[in-house]
Amino acid sequence: MGFYFAQFLTGLASAASLFLVASGLSIIFGVTRIVNFAHGSFYMLGAYLAYTLVDAWQAGPFGFWGAVIIAAVAVGFIGAAIEFLLLRRIYHAPEMFQLVATFGVVLVIQDLTLMIWGAEDLVGPRAPGLDGAVEIFGELVPEYDLALIVLGPAVLGGLWLLFNRTRWGTLVRAATQDREMVGALGVNQSWLFTGVFFLGSLLAGLGGALQVPREAVSLLMDLNIIAEAFVVVVIGGMGSIPGAFLAAVLLGEMNAFGILIFPQITLVMMFLVMAVVLVVRPWGLLGKAEAAARPPSGAAEPPLRVAGGMMRWLAMGGLAVLLLLPFLTDEFTLVLLIDIMVFALFAASLHFIMGAGGMVSFGHAAYFGLGAYGAALLIKFLSMPMELTLILAPVIAGIGALAFGWFCVRLSGVYLAMLSMAFAQIAWSVVFQWYEVTGGDDGLLGIWPSEWASDKTVFYYLTIAVCGGGIWALRRILFAPFGYTLRAGRDSALRVDAIGIDLRRHQWFSFALAGMFAGIAGTIYVFSKGSVFPDEMSIPRSVDGLIMVLLGGVQTVAGPVVGAASLTLLEDFISRLDYWRMMLGAVVIAIVVAAPQGIAGAFLQLIPARWTGREETA
Amino acid sequence: MLDVADLHSHYGRAHILADVTLHVGRGEVVALLGRNGAGKSTTFKTIMGLVKPTSGSVMFNGETISGAGSHTICQKGLGYVPEDRRIFTDLTVMENLEVGRQPEREGAPAWTVEKLFSVFPNLAEMRNRPGGRMSGGEQQMLTIARTLMGHPSAILLDEPSEGLAPVIVEQMAQTIGALKSEGLTVLLSEQNLHFATLLADRAYIIEKGRIRYEGTMADLAADEEVRAAYLTV
Repeated sequence: MGFYFAQFLTGLASAASLFLVASGLSIIFGVTRIVNFAHGSFYMLGAYLAYTLVDAWQAGPFGFWGAVIIAAVAVGFIGAAIEFLLLRRIYHAPEMFQLVATFGVVLVIQDLTLMIWGAEDLVGPRAPGLDGAVEIFGELVPEYDLALIVLGPAVLGGLWLLFNRTRWGTLVRAATQDREMVGALGVNQSWLFTGVFFLGSLLAGLGGALQVPREAVSLLMDLNIIAEAFVVVVIGGMGSIPGAFLAAVLLGEMNAFGILIFPQITLVMMFLVMAVVLVVRPWGLLGKAEAAARPPSGAAEPPLRVAGGMMRWLAMGGLAVLLLLPFLTDEFTLVLLIDIMVFALFAASLHFIMGAGGMVSFGHAAYFGLGAYGAALLIKFLSMPMELTLILAPVIAGIGALAFGWFCVRLSGVYLAMLSMAFAQIAWSVVFQWYEVTGGDDGLLGIWPSEWASDKTVFYYLTIAVCGGGIWALRRILFAPFGYTLRAGRDSALRVDAIGIDLRRHQWFSFALAGMFAGIAGTIYVFSKGSVFPDEMSIPRSVDGLIMVLLGGVQTVAGPVVGAASLTLLEDFISRLDYWRMMLGAVVIAIVVAAPQGIAGAFLQLIPARWTGREETA
Repeated sequence: MLDVADLHSHYGRAHILADVTLHVGRGEVVALLGRNGAGKSTTFKTIMGLVKPTSGSVMFNGETISGAGSHTICQKGLGYVPEDRRIFTDLTVMENLEVGRQPEREGAPAWTVEKLFSVFPNLAEMRNRPGGRMSGGEQQMLTIARTLMGHPSAILLDEPSEGLAPVIVEQMAQTIGALKSEGLTVLLSEQNLHFATLLADRAYIIEKGRIRYEGTMADLAADEEVRAAYLTV
């Protein structure tokens, strides 16, 4: 009995930080409508800053708590500065651009942290005065945990007072509902936004700072916490602070008790809880259904164009060059070209649901990884030949996408993005932790193609056939009735429903289809590398796909191919440098700020329509 | 007091307003009449800075306000009451009023919550009711009261009679009449000619984004032809 109670208290204590981070995320989203990917980075920064300050001031007048508070406030100012310098420029950009830009911030902060604090995990001191343990029902419970248990509800209460008893809080709540109207009533939104960013970032920083005595400070903190915070927000309801508290406690307890059975079950349970909540209450436990969005003022997205004339010749010419290249270059170039083609198919499959379906998946690498791991496992455990795995592994990825997609298509916009990312993170964790089967961090090695395809040149032609064929097939579907339905649904779900089309079913199938094509890319990838690691399904890989699509431009069909080539070449070049993440992050941010239409999109704007094909509406 | 000159505005490529010119003098109530989709709301949103004009200018109290942000325009004393009310449904009546509160300004009627409650007695009885649980008429009262909390010297009133029961419309007309006698300048958009006749001194008629008629309310009442051409459905 005492043991279970102690475990219950541990769960509550770990919920405190999660609640702080998730509530900050929720508050920022409520007003600015930006899902701040960098929120996890603020949490990490809070932890690192607190580590340094505690170390320096331990004996001084500020002491531990002073260090924690200063660290949190500093993170608040960093957040406000990022809002002021970067996000202000992109409030009117489509939400996926905003997400990708904030991911650029994640990359920059990651390398800055690495630069300042190094790669080693740092173990902070315990909180002075709270470094003992109290005996409760015969079990020792750390005093610091008890302090956190009190702190969580205290912050919840403080936030409630702030939002319900102050003018600033009233304005924030009003802006959450209709920020344009708040502006028309004379409130300067810019400062309201900056203030909200300050508060939200401060909460994330506080969450991180408070973790210093509990866990080692590491560079993995940012993406781990952001995935959990997304889950909390999806379960608790976006914009609801009490909901975030409830969900954080739920998750904390699930972890505390799940770990008693076996560690992996917490992931499965998280999945199940999310599933149940989303089916019963799609907007989260305490969330409210989004009011129908106001129709965007401004130009509608131009329709996709069927390639014609010059573009078709360009594609043919490109293919011809690709076919001739093995006679002209070395093996190293072929390997790079195989990578480009694999990622072109991966990006094209993501573009398929994003561009046509309007569903921004932030976890598309899950299906790439499922294809790769599927193939590797089929070979390892069933000794299947490559030819068969080329068919079966994508089916596995498709089935995974069918399962995850069932939940995802119930949501839209940023909720869909967050949920898809949470699923991908769950899939990643399973692969990462299930050492007996997946080899965990060590990956699976020795996955080579069949004898006849083992020559690089032959494999290169195989890649052209499979990836080129895949991209061609996706294009065909895009311009088939199924694709028209998807695009119609993207532009107006209501109208599509009203003419008797089951849109959700179409979206679900397109999600699964995209997953399957990503799986094909993953399968080819594993055979080209001979190995697979959990990284292939991690968040950065998912974001790679998004960056490729955005680089190429969402509303162009050629975009994903151009984007994949650009990013693969860019990464190939800069990943040889130190701190390449920071450079990549800076490039991503620059692109979002400067060319929201992407490279191919911007290029298309420059040349007349008659060269590239007819307008479909004509 | 409010001078709109050659205002053009676009939604994407669609040309919504073409060459809108109008003038509202201090203390006047002017009606902007027109059918659904004629450009009344867009005119108001453009004046208010919610839609950026492609060309033309808006002067308020002798200052150019076109191109400024909507909060700046509001702070200069021009209040905006939107067509679809846009009450903060999660906030109580008192909180909705709080959002609209601005410092008092010289030369404009000053309002307190209590004074507003005497003009809108219904609201006084539901101070702590969330905006989402009010009737359409009550919400319309609240949205006007909310704007008045900013102590405007002039307000843009977008279709205040829309969707209200006839008895409430009468009540609304009396209320706006009371505001006029406080010295408030009002530019009012309407489809309901009767309602406008009760209040307005002058009228403009807008059709397909262009001003087609300008005259006193009495002239318009006498001009069967203009009414048939632009107003009757």
